[in-house]
Amino acid sequence: MMTAPARTGSRAGIALAAVVPVAFLGYFFIYPLVAILATGLVEEGRFATSAFTQLITDPAMRSIAWFTLWQATLSTVLTLAAGLPAAYVFARFRFPGRAVLRSLTLIPFVLPTIVVGVAFLALLGPGSPIGVDLRGTIWAILLAHVFYNTAVVIRGVGAFWEQIDPRLEDAARSLGASRWATLREVTLPILRPAILSSAALVFLFSFTSFGVILVLGDLRHTTLEVEIWRQATAFFRLDLAAALAVLQLAGVTTILVVYARIRRRLTTELRLRPVGEITRRPQTRGERGLVAATLFGLALLIAVPIGVLVARSLTTADGFGVDAYVNLVDPPRNSAIFVSPAEAIANSLSYAVPAVLIASAVGLLASTVVVGSRGRLSRALDTAIMLPLGTSAVTIGFGFLVALDAPFDLRASFLLIPIAHALVAIPFVVRSAIPVMESVQRRLREAATMLGATPLRAWREVDLPLVARALLVGAVFAFAISLGEFGATSFIVRPDTTTIPIAIFRLLGRPGTFSEAMAMAVVLMAVTAVAAITIESLRGSRSGGV
Amino acid sequence: MRARAVVALVALIIAGCASGSDQPDEVVLMTHESFAVSDGVLEEFTAETGVTVTIMRAADAGTMVNQAILTKDNPVADVLYGIDNTFLSRALDASVFTEHRAVGIEAVPTSLRDPGNRVTPIDFGDVCLNTDIAGLEERGIGPPAALSDLTDPAYRGLLVVEDPSTSSPGLAFLLATIATFGENGDYPWRAFWQELVANDVRIVPGWDQAYYGEFSGGSGGGDRPIVVSYATSPVAEVYYGDLDEAPTGVPQAGCFRQIEYAGVLAGTRSPEAAGRLVDFLLSRTFQEDLPLNMFVYPASGDAALPQVFIDHAVVPESPILMEPSRIDANRERWLAEWASAVR
Repeated sequence: MMTAPARTGSRAGIALAAVVPVAFLGYFFIYPLVAILATGLVEEGRFATSAFTQLITDPAMRSIAWFTLWQATLSTVLTLAAGLPAAYVFARFRFPGRAVLRSLTLIPFVLPTIVVGVAFLALLGPGSPIGVDLRGTIWAILLAHVFYNTAVVIRGVGAFWEQIDPRLEDAARSLGASRWATLREVTLPILRPAILSSAALVFLFSFTSFGVILVLGDLRHTTLEVEIWRQATAFFRLDLAAALAVLQLAGVTTILVVYARIRRRLTTELRLRPVGEITRRPQTRGERGLVAATLFGLALLIAVPIGVLVARSLTTADGFGVDAYVNLVDPPRNSAIFVSPAEAIANSLSYAVPAVLIASAVGLLASTVVVGSRGRLSRALDTAIMLPLGTSAVTIGFGFLVALDAPFDLRASFLLIPIAHALVAIPFVVRSAIPVMESVQRRLREAATMLGATPLRAWREVDLPLVARALLVGAVFAFAISLGEFGATSFIVRPDTTTIPIAIFRLLGRPGTFSEAMAMAVVLMAVTAVAAITIESLRGSRSGGV
Repeated sequence: MRARAVVALVALIIAGCASGSDQPDEVVLMTHESFAVSDGVLEEFTAETGVTVTIMRAADAGTMVNQAILTKDNPVADVLYGIDNTFLSRALDASVFTEHRAVGIEAVPTSLRDPGNRVTPIDFGDVCLNTDIAGLEERGIGPPAALSDLTDPAYRGLLVVEDPSTSSPGLAFLLATIATFGENGDYPWRAFWQELVANDVRIVPGWDQAYYGEFSGGSGGGDRPIVVSYATSPVAEVYYGDLDEAPTGVPQAGCFRQIEYAGVLAGTRSPEAAGRLVDFLLSRTFQEDLPLNMFVYPASGDAALPQVFIDHAVVPESPILMEPSRIDANRERWLAEWASAVR
């Protein structure tokens, strides 16, 4: 008697929650996508098959598709290998500088690829201090993908890991299981949903890699994403670009459907623990060694390239100095390419704040629907919400132009940029939230409902606080995505707002302002680190109430 | 209640943003990412006409042209500025622009103009080789006198160029080699490129990697003393580096002229104001502001050059000019042939 109305109520609630993400995705993704694909593929009312014929028969296209797939797979495996030990160390151990170090791992994520190219060239180019020249090799691309995406694993898996009760592992160990057996039989199975989520995000990022390929690749290494851009903008072959985009979408959808199947089978209910109860100082020599080795590896991967950029920003004509920073604040030349760092930060934040709000709100509602319902709509939404991350930026950008002119002309709207950022960021919010939400014990919520709470109230008071922590992980990524001007924005006609990355591009676009470009990159890193620490400190204070 | 307020607010914002291009007191200028103008210059236009200028930015020039074509029937902007001669033909074929004879066009050399006045030349520049003067002296060799010198063993491993399929100066240099060596004959451009590769040319995706990453002259941090850049790059080195003498030189051979145009978009709702903005881009105020912001030359002969240009700029005597229609008709084929020549 008591559960029946509650169930009906929650079903209606879920349907209501679905309205926003479905409408958002429908209007800002599916509709522009269909519109631009139709523009490319429909000629005089007839479907143009010639582009697909060319796609299938051209061996160059086949090799691009094949390269896209295998480099993404390999990048994902390598990123997991680099990120999982670090996720473990950050989730389980307390050590001096932990919070700062963890926030530093986010920095690569926001760096423009041309800036990363500078660091890579210095370390792994002709003047390499270790004598390794990786220019134009596949290794440079793979290493860059690992550099960019390790943060996804550290945060995505780490956020889940630090809420798992370590007594589970302790119990296995006390029953005589070896450390390795405990890891394999207890820890990894529990972590699988979170690992799979992070892997899916890393895969999509690498699959649609654009800047890395353009900056570090060469003629032999091209992804579908780069080829779509080349066909669309260099040759204006919209038909071939659209056919390639269909191929890319088909690939991404296949991967996502497989991923969703595996993920649904892995859902586990776990007793999650508030953060802070679990981390401890490394005690044994082995633990201390593990922490030290992991931090050393992270330093090589992340801190060294960052250090190169900082050093470059401090290089002057005759040695070292802060000239570049002085020039940014007080330009010696009356030229409009110098935008003050404060102005650039303000401009970046004016996009990042709405992007985070949109991504968090839409992402949270979408996660609620996916977790709360097993229906077809929910499963479709689960896959569709990930698609923007796997869709080429040119396609989305051009799609906005042909689709969003009526009934409101949104093409010139300020809001379109944060909306585009949110499209790419929502998958991060959803993938961080779902593993935690699924593990929230249903019993807890059912008990609350039995005790007379409305479904909405049960959701607010039981699910929300637990999910808030996971949501903050998503929010950090949404912020970083917006700050780094990811993906779709490059091909949107945008208002004249000089954000930090755009200031860097301009400064790198002419001779004589290289140090200033590097100084602006350091500003970007500093803003990222400060924002990550700030958002994550919210996490600490919220969890106290759980 | 709160939800209703949010909906109302969003509707207001959307309406506010959407109504932009309907206002006769505003014109929208679409331009590429490198566009820069000094503070106060566009305000002079507003003071003269009562019309404010809103700038919208596309990514690179190629993307911008495609965006203009896609939105031909309902353009995002009223005026487009920054389309160059390598993409012009495509936009003209798609009838993106409406005819406008700009005030002051008489002061522009005929070689830069569009005979049909569909677009107005605003600025030009030359893509040229740049040399590291000290770097070449150390090696005891002079700057290349002709493009064919670059295949000489003396220049082995010294040149870095940009990939023409991803970079605009890279494409300009490819076109310069095609114009220099021709498509057929004993030694066509493809043969030249094969010999360049044999002589260890380095090909990188973009200008910034070539100049900052591989070039050894000026503010470059690499080890190659010859790069494909612009004829005005030494001026920028002097200007930003606060130097007395340019550290880099510009050989005369193989310079390719890029011309940037502005045009009134055919679908504009305020053709008159749009036309006045194009006139303003050709006015002395804007033309004299151009050089130090974008390191290009003003198209109008009436505009005075800044002193640093007069002192340090090298003006190529006979830069290569190629018909926009020829570029557009052959671009895809040339790029494919280039890719197989250098592979």
